[in-house]
Amino acid sequence: MANGNSAAITAKSFYEEGTTKAATGIRSWIFSTDHKRIGILYLISIAAFFFVGLIVGILMRLELIAPGQTIVDAQTYNQLFTLHGVIMIFLFIIPGIPAVFGNFFLPIQLGAQDVAFPRLNLLSWWVYIIGATLALISIVLPGGPMDTGWTFYIPYAVRTGTNVSLAIFAAFILGFSSMLTGLNFVTTVHRMRAPGMGWFKMPLFIWSTYATAWIQIIATPVVAITILLVIIERYFGVGIFDPALGGDPILYQHLFWIYSHPAVYIMILPAMGVVSEIIPTFSRRTIFGYKAVAMSSLAIAFVGYLVWAHHMFTSGMSETAQWIFSLLTYLVALPSGVKVFNWVATMYKGSIDPKPPFLWVMAFIFLFSIGGLTGLVLGSLATDIHLHDTYFVVAHFHYTMFGGTGTIFFAALFYWFPKMFGRMYNIKLASLSAGLFFIAFNTLYFPKFIMGYIGMPRRYFDYLPEFASLQVVSTIGSWLMLITVVLIFGNLIYSAFKGKRASMNPWGGVTLEWHISTPPPLHNFHEIPTVKHEPYDFSQLKELEHDS
Amino acid sequence: MTHNNQATVHAPVHRDDVGSKMGMWLFLFTELLLFGGMFLIYAVYRFQFPDQFKVAAMELNVTVGALNTVILLTSSLTVALAIGAIQKKNKFLSIIFLAVTIVFALAFMINKFFEWSAKIEHGIYPGSEYLLGKSNGEILFYGLYYVMTGLHGLHVIIGVVILSVILVMIMKGSINHENYIKLENSGLYWHLVDLIWIFLFPLFYLLQ
Amino acid sequence: MSESKHHITGYGTYVLVWLGLLALTSLTVTVAGIDLGNFTLFVALTIAAIKSALVINIFMHIKFDEPIFKFFLLVSGATLFVIFALTFVDYSFR
Repeated sequence: MANGNSAAITAKSFYEEGTTKAATGIRSWIFSTDHKRIGILYLISIAAFFFVGLIVGILMRLELIAPGQTIVDAQTYNQLFTLHGVIMIFLFIIPGIPAVFGNFFLPIQLGAQDVAFPRLNLLSWWVYIIGATLALISIVLPGGPMDTGWTFYIPYAVRTGTNVSLAIFAAFILGFSSMLTGLNFVTTVHRMRAPGMGWFKMPLFIWSTYATAWIQIIATPVVAITILLVIIERYFGVGIFDPALGGDPILYQHLFWIYSHPAVYIMILPAMGVVSEIIPTFSRRTIFGYKAVAMSSLAIAFVGYLVWAHHMFTSGMSETAQWIFSLLTYLVALPSGVKVFNWVATMYKGSIDPKPPFLWVMAFIFLFSIGGLTGLVLGSLATDIHLHDTYFVVAHFHYTMFGGTGTIFFAALFYWFPKMFGRMYNIKLASLSAGLFFIAFNTLYFPKFIMGYIGMPRRYFDYLPEFASLQVVSTIGSWLMLITVVLIFGNLIYSAFKGKRASMNPWGGVTLEWHISTPPPLHNFHEIPTVKHEPYDFSQLKELEHDS
Repeated sequence: MTHNNQATVHAPVHRDDVGSKMGMWLFLFTELLLFGGMFLIYAVYRFQFPDQFKVAAMELNVTVGALNTVILLTSSLTVALAIGAIQKKNKFLSIIFLAVTIVFALAFMINKFFEWSAKIEHGIYPGSEYLLGKSNGEILFYGLYYVMTGLHGLHVIIGVVILSVILVMIMKGSINHENYIKLENSGLYWHLVDLIWIFLFPLFYLLQ
Repeated sequence: MSESKHHITGYGTYVLVWLGLLALTSLTVTVAGIDLGNFTLFVALTIAAIKSALVINIFMHIKFDEPIFKFFLLVSGATLFVIFALTFVDYSFR
């Protein structure tokens, strides 16, 4: 397979050769249609917003270190948790893995030279930046940042005087970016597979990104129209969501969650794909149950559409709807379970090499399992009535979203960093930061399960003295988390410039990205490869080593 | 599926018309779901206020709605004919058909303009005193009427812009009988605009 | 074209379909005048569905295009159906 690509070692990388007229400088990046440069553009912008969201989160935890007003007043606290949610959800975690690693590695793993629509791809990044800019502008304009929470529930979102219209218009724009990326990826997977790359020879990261792309296409428009209606309601008072004119606020919640629940799978599915890449590579074994893992991605995408109203058990739906949605919610556990068991089975009797990406994946499996299992507690109608809108929910979704997708965002970064930047980071420091992350994470979020269980409501800036000690523990966790994140990015940013040169295949991976030079050349392959092996067939390793 | 087997480093871009069309269809699905969300809202409120919806619909003019349906259906025909003409290497006929499509689209908007202005003159618009005096079902009906036909009208306007650009490209020859995927894709978009109207018409105008 | 076999529909077919669409439009307007009780909505939507099937198959050419497009259409249609059905699980039992 690698024949013809061995010449690549001396060839120019995509850093040295671009698609724009400008050879260097910022213009060679922000107007580049090269999927790899666009991936790195996304990485930089998404990481920047992650930092903003993180700082806002740290401020919230600081406010909660003691009962009563500590550093901000109640209204500012409302705005802080809204900002934290909007930035983390719409600017970091939804685009995160697909836009950064999907862009960079999906075409390479398929054996393609670029995505199907490279210019549309660049446009998607620009749309993302425009949306993000609008969101930031809404913070500084008179009226102040919005204070509705990231769910924009009406009627409050229609009545509050803060800058709701601009902020949710930004979310509308960001939705476009997401849809266009999805459309691009689906077409790429259908049309650009290398010869011999049948559907069941695709790496699992592609399967999960493909399933994600479908959700992006089919679900995002529903929230787009819903958001648009909230803006129309604010300006024209048409009554569609105004109870005074006959509108039904619960219908808003339906429409919002019809998107936002599948959006949870937009966040987690690509992460699961990355896990399915990392585990075989570091266990030196082919994935256990390839087809089951591939199909479970599609199953999760499908089942994700059937369960949205479990966010609304206490909203005043009909009782029939409550128990039906509670029942359907359990279905999600099946394909998720298929994945977790197959990952564990892959490791069994493998020769495990505990390098940093693998350690991050171990943290993921532990944290995500807690997140998933507490999800069952919340999916059950009876327990949800007790736990709804408490810290238990906050802990649950941070375990799934941050412990799940966030952890894997770092895992993917440590896995693919040498290929993307052509340099290796400090392995010891990376392993240390994985351990520290695990400790920081549990210190930060586990107390919230307990607090939620004994009655601490979410989104309050004040609390009863009985919660004081657990709140302090959680706040200390937030400081540890800040230190960890600084360590991670310090290590990576330093290494991107000063690290040792990375070899073509530092981990011994076998998917197509490890067959090409590091960093990849502009068109990825000098000759489109013909795929003969199964995706995780480690017998190819000898051929590969021979080549390099 | 075709694959690009002999791509070299210096010719990375190859044309994939099926791929472009696939992208267009996927985009149309996003539009379908966008309007789908609106139709869902319509369905829920019609289910809750069936009689008030009927009373409200009495005010709408069936003739105007039917006329607009005929206009859009015919424009759908002419854009299909424009593609047929260019496939048969008849550039002139293709230009004529496309120009006619644009004229029909404008006619639809003019008709819509008069329809809306008549309603607004009668005091029927969101937040008007007349409408606020009515029942909730009627307020919702007109809220939906303005939002849905407005959003549809916005799509018609975007369609006019796209079709005009395509018209210029045909005249300049950059769209020709060998490379007309852009015309086909904008045709698909235009048919979608027609499809949405096929459902809007009975749901708003034919409720007697 | 990269795929050389490209189905070309004749002008005649298009005009016939158009005539059919016009006929269905007048039918739906006429039927709306008759009081069919609960069936009014059903009849109106059936006619609209037939009209859209004509547009999608012939005008939008899906009948002659890659079969995968039909499958895509099915996926989006099924999604819409699921969303409607599950929302009404709430509203019909209020």
